[in-house]
Amino acid sequence: MTYQIPITQADLQAYVDGQLSQARQHEVEAYLKENPEAAAMVEDYQHINDSIHDYFDPILEEPLPPQLKVSSMTRRSRILRVAAVMGWLTLGTLFGSQLHPAMMEITPADTMTTDLVVPAAFAHAVYSPEIRHPVEVRSNEEKHLVKWLSKRLHVELKIPDLAQHGFELVGGRLLPSTNRMAAQFMYQRDDGVRITLYNRNGVWDNKQTSFQYSKQDATTAVFYWIDGPLGFALVGNLTKNELLLLAKDIYVQQNE
Amino acid sequence: MSRYFEQVTSYIPQLRCYARALMGNDVLAADDLVQDCLERALSRIHLWRRGSDLRAWLFTIMHNLYANHIRKISNAPKFVELEPDKNMVADKAKAEQDLEIRDIQQAINMLPPEQREVLMLVTLEGLQYREVATILGVPEGTVMSKLSRARNKLRTIMQIEKPKSLRRVK
Repeated sequence: MTYQIPITQADLQAYVDGQLSQARQHEVEAYLKENPEAAAMVEDYQHINDSIHDYFDPILEEPLPPQLKVSSMTRRSRILRVAAVMGWLTLGTLFGSQLHPAMMEITPADTMTTDLVVPAAFAHAVYSPEIRHPVEVRSNEEKHLVKWLSKRLHVELKIPDLAQHGFELVGGRLLPSTNRMAAQFMYQRDDGVRITLYNRNGVWDNKQTSFQYSKQDATTAVFYWIDGPLGFALVGNLTKNELLLLAKDIYVQQNE
Repeated sequence: MSRYFEQVTSYIPQLRCYARALMGNDVLAADDLVQDCLERALSRIHLWRRGSDLRAWLFTIMHNLYANHIRKISNAPKFVELEPDKNMVADKAKAEQDLEIRDIQQAINMLPPEQREVLMLVTLEGLQYREVATILGVPEGTVMSKLSRARNKLRTIMQIEKPKSLRRVK
C-alpha cells in the first residue's frame, strides 16, 4: 500500500498520543500491519506511556502537604496585601481619582508632590532626552549600580525587570533631592520611548499609600506611591493604562 | 479573585505529578518547585489574561522555574546527555550490568531535562503538541523531535529489562 503522504516518525508519535486526525490514524494503522518493525516500536511507545501513568498517576491522589495549600501559603498575607492594593488600584482607575483607602496611611499630599512627583518629573525631563549620557552607570553593571545606590540612599533598592513589557534597563544615576538623595533608573523600549523610575526615602518612611496618578504636562504622566521606606515615582510619556500596568508590576516585584 | 484561587488549587495535584517527574522523584524538591510556582502564580495574578488557559499558564511558570533551576545546577555536571551513538553503547553495556534501572522513573532520570519536560507534558498531562510548544517557548517541530528522541532513548534503556526471548533492539 502506498500513502499519499509518507508515514513519518512524527506520525507514529502522534498515533501513540492520539493526536492524529481520524483519516490519518487509519492510514497509520494500515501501515503498522505491513511494517512489524514500526509496529514493535509503537508497541514499545505505548508500553512507555502506560508505565509513566502507572508510576505517576497515584501521586494525583496523595493528600497535599500543608505548604501547598493555597489557603495557608506562607506568604499569604503578602499576597492579600498585593491583592488589596490591586483592588484599590482598579477602583482608582475606574473613578480616575486619587482614592485613599481608609486602611492605608495618608501622607500629606504636598510633601509627596514637592519631594517625589515634581523632582521625579523634572529629572525625567532633564535626562530622558540625553543621547550620550542618559545614565551614570549602564545596565551592564547592574549589580554594581543597585549596590552603589542602595548604599548612598541607605535603603535596599531593587531594580525591576520590565522586559516583558518591552522595556530594557538603560542604567541609573544618583540625584540630589530635597534634604536627601534619590535614585533614577531609566528604561527604554525598542521604539526609543524611555521611562524613568525615581526612588527616594523621606518623611513618609514606613508608610503605605495607594497608587496615585498625576499628569505633569500634555505628554508626561507620573504614577507614584509609597511602599515601606521608599517613595516611587514612575514617569513616562505613555498612556495612563500603559503606565499603570508597569507600576503594578514594579510594586509586585518589590514585594517578592 | 476567590474563583481564581479555586481554579489554581484544582491544578495542584497535576503540578505535583509533573514536578515529581522533573525532579527525579525527589519529593521535597518537587514540592518546593510547586510551591514556588504557586506563589509566583498568585503574586502575578494580574499578568494572567482572564479567559486564557490557566493550566498552560501554570505549566509555563513551572517550566521557567525549572529552567532556572537547571541553569543553576548546570555547573555541576550531573546530567549526561545520552546520545544513541557510541556513548549509548557504552552506557547500555554499563546499564545491562546495572540492575538498579528497574522502573520508568529511573529511566526518565537518564533523559536530559528538555526531553523529560516534553515527554511528561505530552504523556502525563496529555497536552496537545501545540500547547507544549507554547509552554516551552519552542516550535512544534522541536517538540516532536525531542519527544521522538526521548521515547527512543527510553526504549533503548528499557529494552534491557525485557526477557531476551521477546525481542532484541537492533
